[in-house]
Amino acid sequence: MARLLAFLLLVSAGLWAHAKEAAPAAADPALEHRVMTLAAELRCLVCQNQTIADSNAPLAEDLRNQVRERMRQGASDSEIIDFMVARYGDFVLYRPPVKATTLLLWFGPLLLVVAGLLVLLRRLRRRPAPEPELTTAERERARKLLTESEAEPR
Amino acid sequence: MNRFVLPLAIFAALIALLAAGLTLNPREVPSPLIGKPAPHFELPQLDQAAKTFTEKDMLGRVWMLNVWASWCVTCREEHPVLLDLAKSGAVPLYGLNYKDKREDGLAWLKSMGDPYQLSIYDVEGKVGIDYGVYGVPETYVIDKRGVIRYKRIGALTPEIVKDKVLPLVQELGRG
Repeated sequence: MARLLAFLLLVSAGLWAHAKEAAPAAADPALEHRVMTLAAELRCLVCQNQTIADSNAPLAEDLRNQVRERMRQGASDSEIIDFMVARYGDFVLYRPPVKATTLLLWFGPLLLVVAGLLVLLRRLRRRPAPEPELTTAERERARKLLTESEAEPR
Repeated sequence: MNRFVLPLAIFAALIALLAAGLTLNPREVPSPLIGKPAPHFELPQLDQAAKTFTEKDMLGRVWMLNVWASWCVTCREEHPVLLDLAKSGAVPLYGLNYKDKREDGLAWLKSMGDPYQLSIYDVEGKVGIDYGVYGVPETYVIDKRGVIRYKRIGALTPEIVKDKVLPLVQELGRG
């Protein structure tokens, strides 16, 4: 009787487990890894500082599903990126492409460093190290110290 | 005195740059769809699931597509503007009911008024993705050749309708 009960329990547990919709993640770990890797490169347009891999916004979920679906259909990563850019623009890319409009974004920091270096160089050149001027009292003291050290050799 | 001029100038320039940045809306991402043909869709209508509507039905006419949902708070704010626009008859307005429940969408139109010639029903939001929708409400002006000429992300205001949408619609209507 107890055995039968345990059996029934197990079977029903199994049924219950199957009744739950399979999470998409469990279906194909390799595919899911690819989805999430690409999703980490795409910006969620709702929460703009998150990738669609991080974001729980419904749109991010939809976009992840799009990525997954397209990968299942055999699309390459760059095809999917093109698909997203065609709809949402370069903004969807977490790493914006180098273009005429993004030159300042990419090289602005370098420009600032170069500008800083130029200012620094100009300053250094314009202000040569001043010759140390000694007062007569100091000269006298220096002379005294020098002769003293000569007087007692080690 | 002179040595303060340059740092002050740089500081002022920085402040001006940041001040300009504050007036911009980071949510307004330029759409790559402007000047491109409106993406194809064929979706069931909101009130008659058996009937479909596609952007091809509108070739030869200037029209507007407005993405809305009953769960969208800003849509509520925008709705009177759409009703006024529809009443003026300046341009046919079509709705894209986005990721909504059919009965909720219908109830919304019933209680708030229906500015649309018809609404299509995009429960999965796939057409939304094709149109680059990310912040409902969004509005598109599409010309006679089926090319997207204008996109507004967020609510239309009476000012935008008067200053941008209507002049554009008139211009496109002549062409």
